[in-house]
Amino acid sequence: MTEPHILKTAPHPHPGKLIIVEGIDGSGKSTQLQLLHKWLESKGHRVFFTEWNSSTLVKETTKRGKKSKSLTPTTFSLLHATDFASRLYHQILPPLKAGMLVLADRYMYTAFARDVVRGVANEWVRKLYAFAIKPDMAFYFKVPIEIAISRLSRGTRGHFKYYEAGMDMDLSPDITESFRLFQSRILAEYDKIVDECGLLTMDATQDIETQQEHMRALVEEALHGYKPKRGTYGRRTLFWRRFEVSRSE
Amino acid sequence: MADARFFGDGLKYLDPSDLKGKLIAIEGTDGVGRSTHIEMLQEWLEVQGYGVMTTGWTRSNLMSKTIEMAKAGNIVDRWSLSLLYATDFADRLEHQIIPALRSGFVVLTDRYIYTAFARDFVRSADRTWIRDVFGFALIPDLVCYLRIDVETLALRVIETTGMNYWESGMDLRLGGDLYDSFKKYQSLLIEEFDKMAMEFRFNVVDARKSPEEIQDELRGYILPVLQNHKPTIGTETASS
Repeated sequence: MTEPHILKTAPHPHPGKLIIVEGIDGSGKSTQLQLLHKWLESKGHRVFFTEWNSSTLVKETTKRGKKSKSLTPTTFSLLHATDFASRLYHQILPPLKAGMLVLADRYMYTAFARDVVRGVANEWVRKLYAFAIKPDMAFYFKVPIEIAISRLSRGTRGHFKYYEAGMDMDLSPDITESFRLFQSRILAEYDKIVDECGLLTMDATQDIETQQEHMRALVEEALHGYKPKRGTYGRRTLFWRRFEVSRSE
Repeated sequence: MADARFFGDGLKYLDPSDLKGKLIAIEGTDGVGRSTHIEMLQEWLEVQGYGVMTTGWTRSNLMSKTIEMAKAGNIVDRWSLSLLYATDFADRLEHQIIPALRSGFVVLTDRYIYTAFARDFVRSADRTWIRDVFGFALIPDLVCYLRIDVETLALRVIETTGMNYWESGMDLRLGGDLYDSFKKYQSLLIEEFDKMAMEFRFNVVDARKSPEEIQDELRGYILPVLQNHKPTIGTETASS
């Protein structure tokens, strides 16, 4: 409490660039990031992608804990931090140090929003992630709760998941209502985080193309002066040269 | 807000005021005989009518397998390693320790947060982060530290279990072989434990003494803690 700004506000020292997206389920953030990914690759960048709660180390444990419903707000938070630490070390830092692009679907701000709503202390979860690096660009896809719900119920997933809907919090026995209450609280936390951590707010009610155009324009601007690095580039040129020679025979 | 019973930023969703039991931590590096003494203490307390629960490092339902797997892979970085321990600890704290304390049990814990502090410190030279992470831990009513010198410890470990990768801190690449690495790693741990013994006022017990002498000393420290704590005769005795 004596030191509320423990978050690293300085940019990371690595030559690569880290771009992350945040937003509640149904905000369309993953779709936007996938489209950005393809676009960056088409421009010749080597792009690495990493996703929240996906490291092999803890994914199984989280699944087991969720299944037995034995996770508490604190163990839930710690497991996700473990996953994040492992991915930061193995997936995010090496490409960044090598000067490549890394895209992350959700970052520590997810924990700041979600874990605090679940009941852990605001200061504690920020201190927990003190080892994280600040992304070069952080997009927050802001969407009203009703739009998110209609997208999710229309979508391929069909139903809400137990923890996504915050069913562990006994907000409502009805899963849609529980989702509405839980995710509304998360939206309120995100609003605070946007100011605190300087996230770029995107209007996620717009159509997919409009949002993507806006996102690409912002990324293009941020990558101005960035020199892409890739190891296979040289080898690939050689391969085509050889190929052309043999054809012209 | 910080509650006096928590080490740092506590469990906001939990009221610690009704924890009637006593929390006693036995700390010390590998191979000092912690588990043997905890067994003896448990029996001694149970005979007097106390409900006793014992718990130990990496023994949670949620995490014990995960930690084993992570260690077997040797791919664990400093943060993940410490966070795996923290998750294990949180699971035991909320599912075992706090319910037992609420029922008035004496909880004997084989290692406590100080083990995590020492291990993280020798890997990072940073004390702040790990202590922040464990802010949700309850401050124990008593910490007994079984202290040993690294020469005696090396002999004991070779005679019993043998030196292993993690007890030797091989991930730190401190020495050329298991023996050199073990001694350097354990020396660093002991040094940090000694500093914490001053800072957190551990009751230091010389682990080179005979088991009987050590047990007597431990009981001597525990008795005053239990002075105003009546045995829970008639209640079931839980363990594990």
